[in-house]
Amino acid sequence: MTAGKPSPLAGTLAVQPAAAEAVADTHASVLAAIGWAVARDFRVALRSKGELGVQLLFYVIVVSLFPLATSPSRETLATLGPGVLWTSALLASLLSLPRLFASDYHDGTLEQIALSSRPLAALVSGKMAAHWLTSGLPVALMAPLLGAQYALEGPVLATLAVSLLLGTPILSLLGAVGAALTLGARGGGTLLALLVLPLYAPVLIFGAGAVDAVRAGVSAAPHLSLLGAGLLVALVGVPFAVAAAVRIALD
Amino acid sequence: MIADFFAMGGYAWYVWMAYGVAALAIALEIAAVRVRRKRAFDELRMSVDAPPAAAAMTRKGTAR
Amino acid sequence: MLINWFRFASPISFYPIAGSWSYAFGALAALFAGAGLVIALWIAPTDATQGDAYRIIFIHVPTAWMAMFIYLVMAGWSALALGFNTRLSAMMAQALAPTGALMAALALWTGAFWGRPTWGTYWAWDARMTSTLILLFLYLGVIALRAALEDPRRADRACAVLALVGAVNVPIIYFSVQWWNTLHQGSSISLTAAPKMAMTMLAGILVMTAAAWSYTIAVVLARVQAIIVERERGAGWLESLIQFPAGGSA
Repeated sequence: MTAGKPSPLAGTLAVQPAAAEAVADTHASVLAAIGWAVARDFRVALRSKGELGVQLLFYVIVVSLFPLATSPSRETLATLGPGVLWTSALLASLLSLPRLFASDYHDGTLEQIALSSRPLAALVSGKMAAHWLTSGLPVALMAPLLGAQYALEGPVLATLAVSLLLGTPILSLLGAVGAALTLGARGGGTLLALLVLPLYAPVLIFGAGAVDAVRAGVSAAPHLSLLGAGLLVALVGVPFAVAAAVRIALD
Repeated sequence: MIADFFAMGGYAWYVWMAYGVAALAIALEIAAVRVRRKRAFDELRMSVDAPPAAAAMTRKGTAR
Repeated sequence: MLINWFRFASPISFYPIAGSWSYAFGALAALFAGAGLVIALWIAPTDATQGDAYRIIFIHVPTAWMAMFIYLVMAGWSALALGFNTRLSAMMAQALAPTGALMAALALWTGAFWGRPTWGTYWAWDARMTSTLILLFLYLGVIALRAALEDPRRADRACAVLALVGAVNVPIIYFSVQWWNTLHQGSSISLTAAPKMAMTMLAGILVMTAAAWSYTIAVVLARVQAIIVERERGAGWLESLIQFPAGGSA
């Protein structure tokens, strides 16, 4: 991870080539930090495939419970489907959040990460990306299969997948704030749920709303645009909040 | 006339449940804050007069 | 003529001020509440459509507004706490949360009892009530986080971050709930449709809102006094308070 290569801007900027090089190096180091963190966390997560499998299984089981509690009639299920599939995704996300920081916190790795010269916001971004790849993404891919159990049609299932692909990263991002704030706190996972679920509400509204819209024959473009916009804003802003929260937990 | 006032045009239950619970909640909050303030002062007084006994009583020990 | 506000940023200087102002605002609250209740329960005329049940708005509207305002003020103190790292700013945020939660809860309760006689249901999942419910959850989250963290300084900063994250989300939440509600609103329930404002009704709501503001300031200042004593125990200056209690002791 050397940073010695000359910046492509160095030749074009007459006045301060050193500054341009520094900026390019910073960009390079931010991306390198993100990449390193993603690769590391992904590797660590894959070591406990069982845990990942359990979380996905939780999603499947919860989704399967609702028809038992209501009715197996196709009409009821189709009405409930988007809400159930989305809410269960929220709950599955909550289940997977503690592992984002907990083990690194307990064995001191998190402190090392915070002390490194790499920008902490970049490193936590990588962690959150790896988290999403191992929790949100599988749920988003599994949901259309389960949606078929809820008598939902093709276009509806496609919208479900897209909405979850846009929404679950936001859940990972917002959830990471809660996970960092509650590191080592009493009440752990339940407290995390209390903090994070109200913040999840808009994502749920637009995500499930998108699926409902398509079911009603209307376009889901507004919902999905809002989700996309929310994702972009969260991607830019949340890592800094998470970095601040991690620092608070480590002090 | 007083009876009319309490009857609130037939909506007595709703009006008085709203006003009554609000009054009760506010009274409880005021009482709770007063108790909290008194308790904080008592513990302070004890920590000055008899430090070991006070330390045994306080929940979280000395502030950092 | 620059007042050095930072002089009051230390709990030492602020403590006596908190005390005397708490009593002053308490008296003010009692006056406003007295006047407000007279307007609400006697002077304001009975509504043509909603009967006397509409009188609940004199509690519902002020508490709903206070729930929002207190959250913003709490977020403001939280920003100060993070920006300037002052203990007192964090203590103010800590003192505001319980009262904010109470206001939100009362707004929901009174809203339910207004909704039942007027629109036939205690809870209608309308946009404002649902947003207030989520606001209550946000308050409870800040309070729960404070209780769960041992270190007071860590709790200060963590709750400040949480309050600010919540504050950024509140407009998003309100917007999304409004969106959700308009899509699903089949019936014509609109709990924002208060009876058309006669002057007395408006006056009553304003007076009750002034009462709510004064009450909030009084209670929060009293609570922050308790918090200062709880957390500054061990700092020598507190002992002098026992001999010369200023601004209302136990």
